[in-house]
Amino acid sequence: MQGAEAGRRGKGVRADCFVRLEARSSGGIKIELKSKVESMYGDSIKELVQQMIKFFKIKAAYLYLEDSSAFPWVLMARVEAAIKRCYPEKSEEFLPDMMPQNLYTKPRDTFRRTRLYVPGNQPRLVINAGLYKPDGIILDLEDSIAPAEKYSTRFMVRNALCEVDFMGAERMVRINQIPEGIDDLPFVVPHNIHVILIPKCETPEEVEEVDGKTQQLRAKHSVKNDVYLIPIIESALGIENAYRIATASEKVVGLTIGLEDFTADIGAERTKEGRESFLARQKIVIAARAADVQPLDSVYSDVEDEKGLMASVIEAKQLGFEGKGCIHPGQIKVIHEGFAPTSAEIDRAKRIVAAMEEAEKKGLGVVSLGTKMIDPPVLKRAQRILKLTSIQ
Amino acid sequence: MNGKINALGRWIPEQINGQPVIPFQGIGKYIPEGRKAAPPIVSCANYPKDGNKVVNSLRKALELAGIKDGMTISTHHHFRNGDKLTNKLFDTMAEMGVKDLIWFPSASFPCHEPIIEHLKSGVIHHIEGSMNGSLGRFCTMGKMKGQGVLRSHGGRYRAVQDGDVHIDIAVIAAPAADPFGNANALYGKSACGLLGFALADSQYADKVIIVTDNLVPFPCIPWQIHGNHVDHVVVMDEIGDPEKIVSGTTRITRSPARLLIAEYTARFIKEAGIMKDGFSFQAGAGGISLAFISFLKKFMEEAGVKAGWVRGGSTRHLVELLNEGLTSYILDGQTFDLDGVRSMRDNPNHVWTSPFTSYNYHGKGNFASMIDVVILGATEVDVSFNANVVTHTDGLLLHGMGGWQNCLFANCTILALPSFRDRIPVIVDKVTTICGPGQLIDVVITERGIAINPARKDLIDSLKGSDLPVRTIDEIKIEIEKICGGPPVPPKVDKKRVVAAIEWVDGTVIDVVYKKID
Repeated sequence: MQGAEAGRRGKGVRADCFVRLEARSSGGIKIELKSKVESMYGDSIKELVQQMIKFFKIKAAYLYLEDSSAFPWVLMARVEAAIKRCYPEKSEEFLPDMMPQNLYTKPRDTFRRTRLYVPGNQPRLVINAGLYKPDGIILDLEDSIAPAEKYSTRFMVRNALCEVDFMGAERMVRINQIPEGIDDLPFVVPHNIHVILIPKCETPEEVEEVDGKTQQLRAKHSVKNDVYLIPIIESALGIENAYRIATASEKVVGLTIGLEDFTADIGAERTKEGRESFLARQKIVIAARAADVQPLDSVYSDVEDEKGLMASVIEAKQLGFEGKGCIHPGQIKVIHEGFAPTSAEIDRAKRIVAAMEEAEKKGLGVVSLGTKMIDPPVLKRAQRILKLTSIQ
Repeated sequence: MNGKINALGRWIPEQINGQPVIPFQGIGKYIPEGRKAAPPIVSCANYPKDGNKVVNSLRKALELAGIKDGMTISTHHHFRNGDKLTNKLFDTMAEMGVKDLIWFPSASFPCHEPIIEHLKSGVIHHIEGSMNGSLGRFCTMGKMKGQGVLRSHGGRYRAVQDGDVHIDIAVIAAPAADPFGNANALYGKSACGLLGFALADSQYADKVIIVTDNLVPFPCIPWQIHGNHVDHVVVMDEIGDPEKIVSGTTRITRSPARLLIAEYTARFIKEAGIMKDGFSFQAGAGGISLAFISFLKKFMEEAGVKAGWVRGGSTRHLVELLNEGLTSYILDGQTFDLDGVRSMRDNPNHVWTSPFTSYNYHGKGNFASMIDVVILGATEVDVSFNANVVTHTDGLLLHGMGGWQNCLFANCTILALPSFRDRIPVIVDKVTTICGPGQLIDVVITERGIAINPARKDLIDSLKGSDLPVRTIDEIKIEIEKICGGPPVPPKVDKKRVVAAIEWVDGTVIDVVYKKID
């Protein structure tokens, strides 16, 4: 008798469910439901499961569902994961409808001051992520997911991309390290994903591999929008290859660093001051700027320390970074404040842009402010500052 | 069973526990007349000249108080989940062979689960007061002999004044008391701040027993309960678990969604112009409320605004406001942590109150209607802004009302709550049980948006131009139904079996709870 399980149960599990499926040779379908919300949603849960059994053309099986108030898209993901583990030959997908409000795009150079990491298998965090207005939401398939949960979480992330409202945030997924991460792509590329983060990236070939597979999937599923890439550098080798990684594909829009693994890799201890990673972070900034992509800083891991976070944001800004990762919604506001242009920066930017407009009007080829000539990178930064001011 | 439809469209039976019922008629519509109930005349000649009313056991005190079958016995929830007296009290009465009592607590807690045995054995006939957790479940499943009656703190005081409830024996746990019966809750290992919920009982009961673990020499000062009302004093080793009376660790929520609700609430009060010099507010001690207080404190500091007075339950967060001069007074109904107790003891501007001073329907005025803004919770709220605090969407009666109904009379009543819990919507078409009419609920603040009661055009106008997420309550409801997979199926109940009545503050019945069918 072949059987399979998916999902989570037990104390502390909420908004999730556990499924055990046993394939049978005869005897029809038997469903056993134990649900915390049975009196309110028991019938609709059973109906959903039956619909799925029919969709996947299963004739005889025993399905045990232990529900801890899972949302419908979570139930669907867990049941589908169990079905596909039990019947690996079944390739159809039981997809939730794509929410119309999730069908937006983001420009290549959109602001990425904050990107909120959310474990892909934590529905309660996933469902609310957009409320905190981060620039981007990363559904994580990698480090926050235990190995036993990896498979089933792909279905959760896929369903969340369809049925959870991202509320205008850039839609991102962190796939697993290459090569495993390549198998994550079919679960995300067809569902209006904006950015794929490639963890522990060490070589340009890894970026090319992700890009190649992504383009293939885009063609297959007629995905019109671009899917951008942000490699995460987390090793000494990655740092040495940073510029080549950043230029490995034109889809790369940013470069970031994972300090936890990086410090371990170079044999150092991670400190709050971060002297051990100073050069590496500078290299990220320089490589990213050289490749004309955004340099994005690592996360600040002490979620209780708001002052420490603010200091680290100010430092990141001084080093040239344009954004930071967040591991808690409470960090978003602080980071946005930290990256907000100062009034001196805004004044200067306004004067620069005004000077440019003036020069254009007069048909001058050179823009100058007072006696100083304004070079294109300075002008570009000024324009960026004013744009950032407008979204604050 | 005969009944009538009340002003909110809910069916109300003609009788509860054999007593006639007046259906809810609308806010301020039912005005009882006549004279208040009064306690029996007593004379000091019948009491010890030396003022020593100490007797050697609880049993002895109950005997002297004339305990007998069918009496109404009251207790109080100052010790919250750390109460050790109530269970002992009913165990003692069970040993004495007493039956068919009515328990009239100011509130019950999970620690009172053993009372179920006394309900089963017939020692207690029914409960008139909040029923939490297991007791509520027992009642909802139709296992209690009589029907439960739930009242607000103010409603409880009123019921005693109107004679709806006649307390035969009040048993008051006191953290400090003298042999004369003067008592307070400010000193001793069980210090919990104040004894306001026992005030009506001390004034109106036939017999009053003080039980203390801390007998002090006369005079016990201040006398929050005056010994002139007290018949007997009993000393016991243990009447409460200090750890559970005041945890000292009342915590701000760490849930990001709840923090967002708290922040929206504080911003609402600021942007609606309610936060101005001399304003007043009340928030509870739940996680959202505490977070709200800390957000509001920040806004008050930034704007240089000071409150005139605030209402407790107090915690260190409220005490901080007082100590830092951000409010002139705390008018406090209960203290939730040791900072609250200490402040009440040491700071004359931290004033202890009672349902009489704060919520009394038969007062010549009402503090609760003078307050600028109050922040409350609820289990459900519907698209007409009616709200529920006692039952869950599955039909189980699991909570009491506390002062919730009384607080609705504030100038701006805000329900600050998550839009769904697990996958159960909090905003629904019709609440399972109406505890408060939508007419008194002005704003519902959730993590997914702020709904202002359309009747409050002034509040809607005051928020014009704000970037707070103001939406209609229907919009929010539709969004959360999509998330939760449709509206919840209403519970299966036996419409012929009313297990509990929910009284409005004036004594009319606003809704009932039915027996739930498995």
